[in-house]
This record gives sequence, C-alpha cells and structure tokens, in this order.
Amino acid sequence: MARKLLLEKANVPGIRGYEVYRREGGYASVEKALKNMTPDQVTDEVKKSGLRGRGGAGFPTGMKWSFLAKPEGVPRYLVCNADESEPGTFKDRYLMEFLPHLLIEGLIVSSYALGSKATYIYIRGEYAWIPDILEQAIAEARAAGFLGKNILGTGFDCEIYVHRGAGAYICGEETALLESLEGKRGNPRIKPPFPAVRGAWDCPTVVNNVETLAAVVPIMNIGGEEYAKIGVGKSTGTKLISACGNINKPGVYEIDMTISVEEFIYSDEYCGGIANGKRLKACIPGGSSVPILPANLLLKTVKGEKRMMNYESLSDGGFPKGSMMGSGGFIVLDEDQCVVKHTLTLARFYRHESCGQCSPCREGTGWMEKILKNIDTGKGKKSDIDLLWDIQRKIEGNTICPLGDAAAWPVAAAIRHFRDEFEWHVDNPQECLV
Amino acid sequence: MVQFSDEKLKKVNEIVGRYPEGKQKSALLPVLHLAQEEFGGWLSVETMDYVATLLKLEPIEVYEVATFYSMYNLKPVGRYMFEVCQTGPCMLRGSDDIIDYIKKKLGIGVGETTPDGLFTLKTVECLGACGYAPMMQLGKHFREHLTPEKVDQIIEECRRTAAANN
Ligand SMILES: NC(=O)C1=CN([C@@H]2O[C@H](COP(=O)(O)OP(=O)(O)OC[C@H]3O[C@@H](n4cnc5c(N)ncnc54)[C@H](O)[C@@H]3O)[C@@H](O)[C@H]2O)C=CC1
Ligand SMILES: Cc1cc2nc3c(=O)[nH]c(=O)nc-3n(C[C@H](O)[C@H](O)[C@H](O)COP(=O)(O)O)c2cc1C
Ligand code: SF4
Ligand code: FES
Repeated sequence: MARKLLLEKANVPGIRGYEVYRREGGYASVEKALKNMTPDQVTDEVKKSGLRGRGGAGFPTGMKWSFLAKPEGVPRYLVCNADESEPGTFKDRYLMEFLPHLLIEGLIVSSYALGSKATYIYIRGEYAWIPDILEQAIAEARAAGFLGKNILGTGFDCEIYVHRGAGAYICGEETALLESLEGKRGNPRIKPPFPAVRGAWDCPTVVNNVETLAAVVPIMNIGGEEYAKIGVGKSTGTKLISACGNINKPGVYEIDMTISVEEFIYSDEYCGGIANGKRLKACIPGGSSVPILPANLLLKTVKGEKRMMNYESLSDGGFPKGSMMGSGGFIVLDEDQCVVKHTLTLARFYRHESCGQCSPCREGTGWMEKILKNIDTGKGKKSDIDLLWDIQRKIEGNTICPLGDAAAWPVAAAIRHFRDEFEWHVDNPQECLV
Repeated sequence: MVQFSDEKLKKVNEIVGRYPEGKQKSALLPVLHLAQEEFGGWLSVETMDYVATLLKLEPIEVYEVATFYSMYNLKPVGRYMFEVCQTGPCMLRGSDDIIDYIKKKLGIGVGETTPDGLFTLKTVECLGACGYAPMMQLGKHFREHLTPEKVDQIIEECRRTAAANN
C-alpha cells in the first residue's frame, strides 16, 4: 500500500466533523505553525517540501509564496481555487466533501504564512451542496479558536469565506477567478503582473488549488524534508488522481508518484483494469487539456521505458510522444471508443467555455467543433483534417490565457495519434468505427 | 414586485460584509444566486434591476454578469431542471443514451420544458462527477450512476413531491 498523507483518515467515521477530526490529530499543524514558527519559516518548510501546484501547472508552491509582494499597509490575500471544472477532474470535490477540515486547516496555516487575514474559497457554483459543508467546518474551527481574532492567543486574525461561482470553466484560470470574485465576468487578465503582485482588488494575492493547500498540513506535520523524500525527482509527496472512463473502479486515488501507469490502470488497488474485459485503447492522463496517448505510448515512453505516474515521466517525449500530469484527471478509453467523437465532445466543451475575448480562441473553438461534427456525422472531407490541424496551430500561443492552448492540444494530439481513424470516418460516412 | 424579505436582506448584508470595504460589487454572484432562488428560479430584468439597486451598481453591470455565467437562467424554467452532462468522460459511460431516454420519456427535446411546466431538459458540460457517470444535476444535488430505471425513479419522485406541494 502506498503511503497516504491526504486521504489517510478519509474513511474514519465522523471525520467530517470537528471532534473526530481533532481527535485524530487535526489542527496540530496550526498549533505548530502559529505558536512556534514565523510566517517565513512556514514558507521555508513548504519550499523544502518541493510541493508543486496541484491545480495543473505544477508551479513550485514555496517559490510562489516567496514571490508575494509585501508593500507596507496593503492587505494580502490567499484565494483557494476550488473551481475544478477540467473534464476528468473531481479530486478537489472529494477532499472538500469528505475532509473539509483538512482544507480549512491547510488554509489557516497558509494564511498565516502569507499574512492573509481574509481568505476566500472560490468554489464552482455547481458544487452547490459543498459550501454548506465548508461553512459548517469553518464555524466549528472558529468555535474552537482556530479562526477569528487573536487565534490561539498569537495575535493573528483570520477569516475564511466561501464564494460561489455560477458556471464558467474559465473562472478556474486564476485571473478570471479574481475578476469573478470581484463580481465581474470571468475574463482573464493579461499576465504579468501575476496575482502575487496584483491580484484580488489590486492587492498581492496567492491563488492555490484545494489539493495544494491541503498538502500543507502533512508538510507541516512531518516536515518539508521528510515530505520531499516521498516520490521521485521533482515529483515529491503524494498526488490525488481522479480516474474515470472505461475502467472497473472509477474514483479518487492517492498515489505516491513512484508507481507505473500500467500498475495504476490494472492493479486492484487503483483502477482495477479496463471495464467489461475490454482492451485499453487510449488515455488522457491529466485532464481534458493534456494530449491523449494511445496505449503503447501511454504504458511505455519512446525510449521503451515504463511510463510512471509522475510529472517528469508523463511528459517524457514532449508533445509529440508524451503528455502531462495536468490536474490529475485520468480518462481511460477502451477499444470500442471513437476518438473522433470523444474529441468532438471536448471541442464542444472548449467552444462553450471560451470567454470570447481573443478572436483565435473564440472563433477557432467554434470552427473546430463544427468541423469535428461534420467528420463525426459522415459529412467530412479529407481536407478537413488538415484544416483542423491548421486551426489548432493558429490558436496555440496566440491568446490571452491558456484556454486557447487547452482547446488546441486535445485536437492536435488526437490527429497526431489517430489520423487513420479520422480518415476512416471521412471514407466511411455511413458507419462509425465503434 | 420583487423584494427580499427582511431575513434575506440580512443575508445580503452578511454577504456584502465578507468583502473589503467599498467592494460590495464582489457580492454580485452570491446575491444573484439568492435572487434566483427567491424569485422563481430565474432572473427577470426586474430582478436584476433590483439587485443593481441593492448593491448600488448600474443595471448593465448586473446584466453583463448574469449573461456570462451558465447557472443564471434568463428565462423561466420548469420546476425540475434535468441538467445532464454530455462531456467526454460521461459520454464514454453512456450519457447519450440517458439523454435519449429522458427525451423519449418526457416527450421533449433538449432546452424544452414539459407542457405542465414540471420538467426542463438541458445538456451541460462536465460537472466534476466524471467518475460517477452518467450523471445529472437536479437542483442543489447531483444524481449519479444514472440508468433508465434510475431516471424513472427520479421522475416519479419529482412528480410526487410536486403533487404533495400543490
Ligand atoms: N484543475 C483544473 O480543473 C484545471 C487545471 N488546468 C491547468 O492549469 C494550467 C495552467 O494554469 P496557469 O495558471 O495558466 O499556469 P501558469 O504557469 O501561468 O501559472 C501557474 C501558477 O504559478 C504562478 N506563477 C508563475 N510564474 C510566476 C511568477 N514569475 N511570479 C509569481 N507567480 C508566478 C501563477 O500565478 C500561477 O498561480 C494547465 O497546465 C492546466 O493543467 C486547466 C484547466 C482546469
Ligand atoms: C482555463 C483554465 C482553467 C483552470 N482551472 C483551474 C481549476 O479549476 N482549479 C485550479 O486549481 N486551477 C485551475 N487552473 C490553473 C490556475 O490558473 C492556477 O495555476 C492554479 O490555481 C494555481 O494553483 P496551484 O499552484 O496550487 O496549482 C486553470 C487554468 C486555466 C488556464
Ligand atoms: S484564450 Fe479564450 S478563454 Fe482565454 S482569454 Fe482568450 S478568449 Fe478568453
Ligand atoms: S464529464 Fe460528466 S461530470 Fe465530468
């Protein structure tokens, strides 16, 4: 069994409530940090841990925290990104639903490190029942003296507020999220300046993913150095993977990033193999925005090495022959699935979610959906495949935020690895491969 | 006339208080949620104008937000809205069949409401339940691992609650 740091207590009855959570050792990290450490020491511990952002970009968390501007007399904010909308991703939901106190604990310690007296959880609107769970946990933590004024008599004040979004994938992009928090449309801002310099209400702000902030708790408990020993290379600690698609056991798993992709898919501890005794066809290992890989390239890298479930190995081979860890949304396709149709659903998703600010993204996502729909329904031409390729290349790198890239990459990878399937659709307009 | 009760007005004040002084615009999304819940499940122009007055905003600031986010309904909807996810991971687990089944069963197309005003069918994009697919959102909650039998049960359940509340 792999070592569990986040989900270790997930099955303890009553762990959602404060009493059980506390009895199981909860909030020890708050006592440790606030009573015995300076904010900078907490940041140092996170730096030592090697923790990388779990929202998808993998940016080193300790480094981001140390970039936070600290002008005199200006408030600073911590904002927890709980917008989780990347197709295939549902790990943050699991943490918030079943271990709300773990997130609140991580938020208090992180707020202390960053000097945030008002910390916001921006949660996607569709998770409509979760704010009640979080607010209950916040009220319990406050009643126990871990939130509010003069926490544990240390002079540190902190409040946590839950802010509900209202249905917009783009609000997971940190600057769109901040616009939305300010009560505006979710149009991303141009970076730089990064939120660490100018964020919420123009004040220095750190935006971190739910899982990142929850991971601060075990880091404080076992120490940054100890945390860094788990995993391999720059993939330290544990990672939550949400697995879905045609597998026997969809769900959220905590892995220590030393296991292979093959083990993750086939072992009973994790996905339990492909459903209905079918064969593996392809997989998108890190949420819909990362490249799809056919089975052979998924299980082994181009060099013929076993592909492992960590940041480095998943991206080994670059875009042409590799993929990415991304958000940890692991989508498995069995041999009967149609890549064209699957790609079409993703293209539709990105068209639906484009905020419309940049023409390559606004127009390009629409065109990609239209062309894919034509191919899928037997009205496509061979030249459409090249046209698709052309459009995705014109989007990539030419937009304000990475949603444009995120829309382009799945189409590019699908054509790159499954061109024959696209051609087959064009040549056989009456029937689909499946 | 559109008007929050005193209790809801207190709630609005509490929400405004979560944000820094002078930044009451930040309360717009939560207050629109509250308004939609209170005033018939959708946002009429009258409702939006009311929210603008409450938060001291120009009406246009409210309209541009209400039209951006998919959860705000700008038209009346049925009492029960079936929002079925159709994105990749759900599609892999048969969401298309579920959508077809609901269409047949309720006799309506996507985006339509049954003549009795009870049900609206909508397709939506990934709701973060991919591992429990196929799924739909119904009000505040998710209904997961859908099968035709489960859909039948849900429809029955809605009809029963509606009858009991009438
Ligand atoms: N979890 C989910 O549901 C989704 C996750 N994603 C992921 O999001 C990723 C892209 O996210 P971005 O925020 O655009 O990536 P990014 O690389 O621009 O930034 C990553 C983080 O590091 C910070 N950062 C980077 N350089 C900095 C600097 N010099 N100073 C201060 N802070 C700095 C940014 O503010 C941000 O918080 C994709 O890789 C994708 O996997 C995308 C869609 C949905
Ligand atoms: C289109 C788009 C959507 C995103 N959605 C999310 C999201 O739902 N959750 C999240 O944590 N990060 C999301 N991100 C990444 C954030 O911009 C940001 O990198 C992240 O919240 C930083 O937290 P981390 O360093 O802890 O990963 C998204 C990025 C893009 C471009
Ligand atoms: S890339 Fe797309 S989503 Fe991002 S800012 Fe431009 S139009 Fe909006
Ligand atoms: S794809 Fe349907 S919930 Fe994610």
